[in-house]
Amino acid sequence: MVEKASEKQWEQLAELLGKYRGTKGSVIPVLQQAQEIFGYLPKDVLIEISNKLEVPISQIFGVVTFYAQFHLEPRGKNIVRSCQGTACHVRGAKGVLNAIRQKLGLEEGQVTTPDLKFTLETVACIGACGLAPVFMVNDDTHGRLTPESVGPILDKYA
Amino acid sequence: MALVRAHVLVCTGTGCVSSGSRKVIAKFEEELRANALDKEVKVVETGCQGFCEQGPLVIIYPEGTFYTHVQEADVTEIVSEHLIKGRIVNRLLFKEPLTAQSVPDYAEIDFYKKQHRLVLKNCGHINPDSLEEYIAADGYEGLAKVLLTMTPEQVVEEMKKTGLRGRGGGGFPTGMKWGFCQKSPGPKKYIICNADEGDPGAFMDRSLLEGDPHAILEGMIIGAYAIGADEGYIYCRAEYPLAIKRLKQAIAQAEEAGLLGNNILGTDFSCTLHIKEGAGAFVCGEETALMASIEGKRGMPRPRPPFPAVKGLWGKPSNINNVETFANVPYIFRVGAEEYAKLGTEKSKGTKVFALTGKINNTGLAEVPMGITMREIIFDIGGGIIGGKKFKAVQIGGPSGGCIPEQLLDTAIDYDSLIAAGAMMGSGGLVVMDEDTCMVDVAKFFLNFTQAESCGKCTPCREGTKRMLEMLEKITDGRGEDGDIEKLEKLASSIKAGALCALGQTAPNPILSTLRYFRDEYEAHIKEKRCPAGACQHLLSYKITEACKGCGLCAKNCPVDAISGEPKKQYVIDPAKCIKCGACLTKCPFKAIVRG
Repeated sequence: MVEKASEKQWEQLAELLGKYRGTKGSVIPVLQQAQEIFGYLPKDVLIEISNKLEVPISQIFGVVTFYAQFHLEPRGKNIVRSCQGTACHVRGAKGVLNAIRQKLGLEEGQVTTPDLKFTLETVACIGACGLAPVFMVNDDTHGRLTPESVGPILDKYA
Repeated sequence: MALVRAHVLVCTGTGCVSSGSRKVIAKFEEELRANALDKEVKVVETGCQGFCEQGPLVIIYPEGTFYTHVQEADVTEIVSEHLIKGRIVNRLLFKEPLTAQSVPDYAEIDFYKKQHRLVLKNCGHINPDSLEEYIAADGYEGLAKVLLTMTPEQVVEEMKKTGLRGRGGGGFPTGMKWGFCQKSPGPKKYIICNADEGDPGAFMDRSLLEGDPHAILEGMIIGAYAIGADEGYIYCRAEYPLAIKRLKQAIAQAEEAGLLGNNILGTDFSCTLHIKEGAGAFVCGEETALMASIEGKRGMPRPRPPFPAVKGLWGKPSNINNVETFANVPYIFRVGAEEYAKLGTEKSKGTKVFALTGKINNTGLAEVPMGITMREIIFDIGGGIIGGKKFKAVQIGGPSGGCIPEQLLDTAIDYDSLIAAGAMMGSGGLVVMDEDTCMVDVAKFFLNFTQAESCGKCTPCREGTKRMLEMLEKITDGRGEDGDIEKLEKLASSIKAGALCALGQTAPNPILSTLRYFRDEYEAHIKEKRCPAGACQHLLSYKITEACKGCGLCAKNCPVDAISGEPKKQYVIDPAKCIKCGACLTKCPFKAIVRG
């Protein structure tokens, strides 16, 4: 289940907003770091950011929904980014992606496992084409994948 | 500094780290201590050596022995054999894919031998965490020359003489771009580095940022001096955490050493640099969208003019160059424009770094002089196609580019010859495709990408890419009709003419170029409902032939239970249930399953 945002997280947010108040162009770095704190961007966090930075909430919402990096829904503990770049595509990234879906038991359109352990995303290229096909689990890059090798890697994070 | 008798260079680029190079380093340090060699042999963590597929990579100097796929377990042997007894560990040497010969010497490997490394010179050879190593490799010499002996006007003139063109894709002359911004009036200007490397299949910027961060800073400071900027931004993808870490560290080191900040090298010139992390939008590689993103807005392009040189970041004159462009600058001012311009073709000077990927034996980064042929890159440096299959085409320039078929392999590559061939330099990603790659599927792949990354501001791109993708899906699903090709061509030309920015204007390129060289594949999909490369799943069917021995392995491996039969008798596939994944075909020990 989703843990309720703790007081500590709100304190961290207040500190972050204090640091950036009055700085030009701070919306994106503030959102990035707020997402680091909360794991995603809940509505009341966005409202707080809007108030403190004095930027209309409509503009903040526009930015959040424009960039792939921002999330309005809670996400899994581990983020799996399956690369679908050109190099990975021609070396069988589709099969790897299907194997990940199967392993995590995700239906079409579903991205996060119900136990919130994993969130699966696709990315266009993570620049590790030499090892194609690749995926990242959190900040670790894993390469030279086959549909068979996916399961044991994911097990290490479960 | 203590002298050592040998250096062990271990690659810590992203590729090698993911293959386990951190563990290799720890093991080397442990083993060297255990053998009391830690005073005479030094382990150096380097940036990317550009041959990621062979990683983790280890080079031992002074011999220059190149070891590939080095794992923790191999380290003891390297230390006891190579470093103590002076004997090369043969089994870890690189084997040329075509001759299967082992090559001990780094400089003699075909992949490196035929390259001309100016920009990548330091990558993989110095420790990117160390400012001293960069300076020892002639770093910041160009900057010193510029600040102490040249006026900004002279810098721009020198830049124009080099003929350097933007390495991010468009190929606009860098000297001219600097000149425009220099002439723009105003006390406040910005220098910006575009490190939002988004083209799938390109990773040269990542390697440069990770392997030689100071070179980018030096290039930017020289650029800032030329245009009269005192502040700059590096806009780097958040997907490149290591690059961001090394840039931050390099900026701090340069500030500490008086190479950045106030009164650089004791002159009147001051400049500060900041890092902005991108948030995951391909369109932010477009310069006006990138600036909107730095300002904290949605990264949407705006019409030009006014060009950034007149009205850029926060309305001030700004100059944006790509990572690789800036990486050329220190070298240029060290050796001079004349020397630099000796390399390359008449209208494209210098070298270009290509990211060689796909169905090719030697995957990695190759820096070559402009004017080399694609055949030399793919077959001499790249070692040919995996598994000895037949070359079909090479895709260059990512989603904005096109493909080069076999008959054009001997064309000398530069910005203009590629445009003439219906492709473009782009950032220099080369994805090699063999006979098993379907060119319609490739076009669909790129359209899928541009369609998803279209920012939605202008109609030709937002609606047009969507419609083109739908038409391609129709064709690969087997629902293509006569006239579809013509419709695609018509729509493509409208989008090219009508879209606001380069993302939209070039989005039809993958379709137009595959149509130009592989029209027959489109026709086979539409008229015969057949995919000649056997890649489009909807047009395939799987059959079990009489060669079946009834082992049942296929049925066991079928994810949807579409295969049934009795032991020792011929099994059958239920076409209604089959999802055409091909798992059975790869598992069958008797090659009894065929794809039609």
